[in-house]
Amino acid sequence: MLRINNLVKTFDGERRRRSSRASAPREARVFAVNDVNFTVENGQLFTLLGPSGCGKTTTLRSIAGLERPDSGTIEVGGRVLFSSSEGKKSVNIPANERGLGMVFQSYAIWPHMSVFDNVAFPLQVKKRGDRVSRKEISERVMRVLDTMELAALADRQATKLSGGQQQRLALARALVIEPPLLLLDEPLSNLDAKLRESLRYELKRVQRELGITSVYVTHDQVEALALSNSIAVMRDGNVVQLGRPREIYENPNCRFVAEFIGTSNFLSGNVVAKDGDRYTVDTADGQLVLDSAAALPIGTDVIVSVRPEAVEVSTTSRAGEVPNEWKGTVLTRAYLGDSLDHVVGLGKHELRTRGNPSTSIEPGTTVYLRMDPAKLVLVPVD
Amino acid sequence: MTAASPAVPARKGAALGWLRRLGTPKIIIILVVAGVIGYLALVPLYYLIWGTFFDANGFTLGGFARAYGDPRVGGMIGNSLWFAVGAAVLSLCVGTALAYLNVRTDVPFKGLFFAASIIPLIIPGILYTIAWIFLASPDIGLLNKVIEPIFGPGFLDVFTVWGMVWVEGLHLSPIVFLLMVAAFRSMDPSLEESALMSGASRWQVFRRITVPLTRPAIVAAVLVMVVRSLESFEVPALLGLQNGIYVFTSRIYFVLRSYPPDLAAAGALAVGLLVLAVIGVAISNLVGRSGKTYQTVTGKGFRPRPMELGKWRPVMGGAIVLYFFLTVVGPLLVLLYTSLLKFYQAPSTEAFASMSLDNYRELFHISDATTALRNSLVLGLGSATLVMVLMAVGAWIVVRSRIPGRQLVDHFSFVPLVIPGLVLGLALSFVYLRSPVPIYGTIFILLIAYCTRYMPYGMRYAVTSMHQISAELEESAQVSGASWWQTFRRVLLPLLSPGLLAGWIYILVVSFRELSSSILLYSPGNEVLSILIFEQYENGQFTVLAALGVVMVLTLAVLVIIAYKLGAKVGLRQD
Repeated sequence: MLRINNLVKTFDGERRRRSSRASAPREARVFAVNDVNFTVENGQLFTLLGPSGCGKTTTLRSIAGLERPDSGTIEVGGRVLFSSSEGKKSVNIPANERGLGMVFQSYAIWPHMSVFDNVAFPLQVKKRGDRVSRKEISERVMRVLDTMELAALADRQATKLSGGQQQRLALARALVIEPPLLLLDEPLSNLDAKLRESLRYELKRVQRELGITSVYVTHDQVEALALSNSIAVMRDGNVVQLGRPREIYENPNCRFVAEFIGTSNFLSGNVVAKDGDRYTVDTADGQLVLDSAAALPIGTDVIVSVRPEAVEVSTTSRAGEVPNEWKGTVLTRAYLGDSLDHVVGLGKHELRTRGNPSTSIEPGTTVYLRMDPAKLVLVPVD
Repeated sequence: MTAASPAVPARKGAALGWLRRLGTPKIIIILVVAGVIGYLALVPLYYLIWGTFFDANGFTLGGFARAYGDPRVGGMIGNSLWFAVGAAVLSLCVGTALAYLNVRTDVPFKGLFFAASIIPLIIPGILYTIAWIFLASPDIGLLNKVIEPIFGPGFLDVFTVWGMVWVEGLHLSPIVFLLMVAAFRSMDPSLEESALMSGASRWQVFRRITVPLTRPAIVAAVLVMVVRSLESFEVPALLGLQNGIYVFTSRIYFVLRSYPPDLAAAGALAVGLLVLAVIGVAISNLVGRSGKTYQTVTGKGFRPRPMELGKWRPVMGGAIVLYFFLTVVGPLLVLLYTSLLKFYQAPSTEAFASMSLDNYRELFHISDATTALRNSLVLGLGSATLVMVLMAVGAWIVVRSRIPGRQLVDHFSFVPLVIPGLVLGLALSFVYLRSPVPIYGTIFILLIAYCTRYMPYGMRYAVTSMHQISAELEESAQVSGASWWQTFRRVLLPLLSPGLLAGWIYILVVSFRELSSSILLYSPGNEVLSILIFEQYENGQFTVLAALGVVMVLTLAVLVIIAYKLGAKVGLRQD
């Protein structure tokens, strides 16, 4: 459905300062987006996830046509929207002829129009040949307002809406032309936590029901995990990992992804033995066995990522029965309502654990930590 | 006080306590400042009304009858509105187009916008008008000489209402430009981008999104420009009087200059002008307030991609260069050119051969010139300092104190904003002609006039910086045991000083070019620079005048550059 190939975009400022950007050495250019590739299948929700400045919004705006990439191709449903390929004629369809839907971070609700007019606008400005009758505009607007549960507010001034309503209005406006692709630029970031959660499910429901292909930009990993069919984690203009939410969370391919998504303990170590997929790793605090599909020779320096919830804390030892049991002392604990964290001091490091709030252990107590080899992740040293 | 204390000493004690409380430096300073602000704002208005409606025999409408009974008054009012609305519309079209090009497109020569935007600050209206006389007068205009082979002699005539509209409109256009740049910049660019994503063309976006959203700013700009043109004195006096085209300001001047001067009739005209100005300002405030509902919250402030002009880019670039030449280079060059000549003539080989610096040398020998420069400097420095000192305290009263009626201080300080300069000059002459204090005919009356005129600007600078200082800084000084005066001097003033300095320089710059109040209040020996230029124009000393003008522009340019270095917000900052 959506295909992005070799997308490159250097920062505007750099481009302007340099007289000819093609001749500038590649290393000297500052990349906003550096050679990004991905495809989105029909009906899927694809998320670009990353910290601010990673290039996710630039990528989205390039798809929208609001930003002009330096090179690469962008294709939606077989139609080339942008192409810089040499030899052939370069293509850059203006934003207003791409026919995509977009929800902006600020919603960009036009304050001088009513709810109805905001949604009717995309239909009213259609090219003369495609223009629809006034009656049909009204019908289509009301239908989409109905879906978004805004029909009762159609005559209201757009600025009089609450945050959640404005968000739904922005979505209605983006969907009214029935675009092949919906672009969402951090649409939930302006809402408070409670509303964000309910709208997240609402968004997912609408997207799945209409089966509309979507590209979603966010820096919130929870949002990304909850909504997406697949996620591209971006950093400094590059896609570092691309996969389904579960893969990304459970098998981060580098320390950056493991750190950015969820919280994790990182233990550096060295591979000392290998038997098929089962690795034995020496760390400063003891030995760990774990399963990994990575092909790493003995002697490689690695990092073991330990999710807090992958650690079981107990006051009794089961040494010998299960692998990976370490002894430590509880330093502090924090009650978080739905879970309880212990920070356990080991010989050299501290390990954060997360578990059911019913297990609460007094600081100073000696405890045994058990880690399931299947839940430990071997991360190559960057 | 315990119940056992005798009643009478208790009352005495309370009275003394009151006195002691009233006698603190805080109360005295506040009362003096509030009193001065009220005095400066209200007394001239009172005397203007009194002098207009009362003569030796009591209440009279004679002044009005004489002023508005004149058969030419209809033409005068018509010309005033034609001139004011025309100049406002011209400046709006030019200024808005330039602002849109600058903020939202990839138009070339963006640096020129910056230069053009400070022009009204460094070329005073009187010099600008004279420069345009040199350029487009039917007899001696250089532009006319250039196009004579095609259009015949005297094709351009600056001495018409259209000529007045042209000069005033161009001079005001940078101000509109600055207002509209602010409006375009404060608009969330995603409002336009989302319209674009909806499939609207650039033109549809401009017409259906951009213009409606900036309408409050546009309406406010038009009204402000109408009021400013109504108040303008230089352009109508120099361009209109020649052919008997009168507007309010030039009519007032004319009535006062005829013998015997009819003060009541002039007052009646001034009251009429004042009413028009108040209406304009009131409407623009009303619009400004309703416009606040359109203020939208920006997401992450993404710099909008400038719109690519494509094949129109060179055309627009050419238009910008043309505008720059018309508003900046042309007037400055013609002044420079004239200042080097022995007598005014069109450019020719002889003219260039005869060029010398004699006019500049002569400036040193004209005693009036040095006196005028000194007077302008003294008045500029004096009024800037007085205003900023007063307004620092005034701003504290308005922003920080809980004194009942503090808003009145705010309102009073803004009253002079609606009083046209010429009307203020007239009102002040009413006050001090009757005053037993011998101020009339001295330089002090000019100082009072300048302080009054620039009080609103000083207040705005001071209030803005006061708002930026957290009240906690002041409170923590109090908690540390500092008195009010110590807090003010050691905490507030140092923190306020950048803003106060910016205001100080702004007032220094604008007071340097003041003409419309001074023209009614100066007396021989007390001329300021702008008055001297006006006099020399009337005497036909064009070349010396031009030299004086060049000196004045250079002085102002230096002042403005200093202001920029100090971070004052005058003109546009290119980022």
